[in-house]
Amino acid sequence: MKRLRTLGPTVCGVLMFLAPMATWAAGSEKQGKLVHVADTRNLAGFNLYIANLYNTNRLLFTLEAVLLTALMGLMLGLLMDWIVGLIGLDLSKREGKE
Amino acid sequence: MMELFTITLPISGVPINVLLLVLLGVAVGVLGGFFGMGGAWMVTPALNIFGFPMPFAVGTDLCHMAGKSIISTRRHAKFGNVDAKLGLTMLLFDVVGIEIGARLVMHLERFGLAGPVIRWVYVVFLFLIGSLVFFDYFKKRAMEKRGGSGGGEEASGIRWHETLHKISLPPIVSFPVAGVRCSMWLPAGVGLMVGVLAGFLGIGGGLLMMPALVYLIGCPTYVAVGTDLFTVMIAGFYGAFTYGMKGRIELLAVIIMLLGAAPGAQVGTIATKYIRGYGIRLMFGLTVACAMVSVVLKQLKLSEAASWMVMTAVSAMTLVVIVGMVKGAARELRAKRGLA
Repeated sequence: MKRLRTLGPTVCGVLMFLAPMATWAAGSEKQGKLVHVADTRNLAGFNLYIANLYNTNRLLFTLEAVLLTALMGLMLGLLMDWIVGLIGLDLSKREGKE
Repeated sequence: MMELFTITLPISGVPINVLLLVLLGVAVGVLGGFFGMGGAWMVTPALNIFGFPMPFAVGTDLCHMAGKSIISTRRHAKFGNVDAKLGLTMLLFDVVGIEIGARLVMHLERFGLAGPVIRWVYVVFLFLIGSLVFFDYFKKRAMEKRGGSGGGEEASGIRWHETLHKISLPPIVSFPVAGVRCSMWLPAGVGLMVGVLAGFLGIGGGLLMMPALVYLIGCPTYVAVGTDLFTVMIAGFYGAFTYGMKGRIELLAVIIMLLGAAPGAQVGTIATKYIRGYGIRLMFGLTVACAMVSVVLKQLKLSEAASWMVMTAVSAMTLVVIVGMVKGAARELRAKRGLA
């Protein structure tokens, strides 16, 4: 246990020291585009709508993305509750054991 | 054949296999619901390996996680595993931390350093968290062998929270579901720290919040899982908003992954009903170790090996959880039939 106490922080220290060095040694990735524009030339339907919205109104795109995600989460959750309920499991309580 | 399912995503222009995204959603749903986290620590490297630029992987991840966490949180709340008061206290500071972390990422992106720096910070934290969980597990086992106080409803082999609860900076508050009474500044400080890291690494914070709730706040594992998912859900929505405004969300990928994550989240959450708290912690440690190795492989330019590592580890853990859930459910149904 005493050795473990010494070894643990030593290994962590070495890792913390090596990580930034290895990062620099690996070199940087290609620089990402700061302003990204979606290419709409080959798109249609929902994809075209989303890409156009992304290019023209970022706030509306963000709000639609967040609301659609929340709505899908709720609807899918209710659907799954109904399906699991059909199996007959008691999902109202759980025995807490560590 | 697989090319049939390959589509080009409308915003990032990345070609991706739909089946791969659905399977990733299922696996991350199962493991997220089981461990009490968004699962972004699996999704971000996986999406990056599939070809998403890192900032897009982070944003898409956060948005998908928010939707999936709604499903798991509802289920955990019905089990009585969610301490909303504790969750909201941590969340207030978590959100501030996420914004700081997200700004750091955008800053690094300007220098083209976002990918490697995020990956190495990941590695260090995965290593620390994995070591902590294993140390706790083996300490608990040693205590049980000696017949000490490790068994029963004791929350933890590591008991750092007992020292932290001695902080008497007012206001002192009670969190009844978690059974914790401490200075409000303890969950607030932990929330801020988790938030900065979560925003930087592009994770909802579950990976960090779950062990933080257990080891620093002193929650039982199940309450940590449920409360964690509650905070991940709200933090995920905030993360989705801020990354959306920065133009780094691929909405179509989010929708496809959610279709897989919905059934997965139910299975994972229900499995916590049948598997003991320390079993959850041990599996959590194993999964963290696998994730760490995969990120190291990616950084060493062994992308194919990293991809296999993520897929194998996630598939194996998902399978273990599904088998645990099915066995437990079968046992319960047999017992019900026996009583009838």
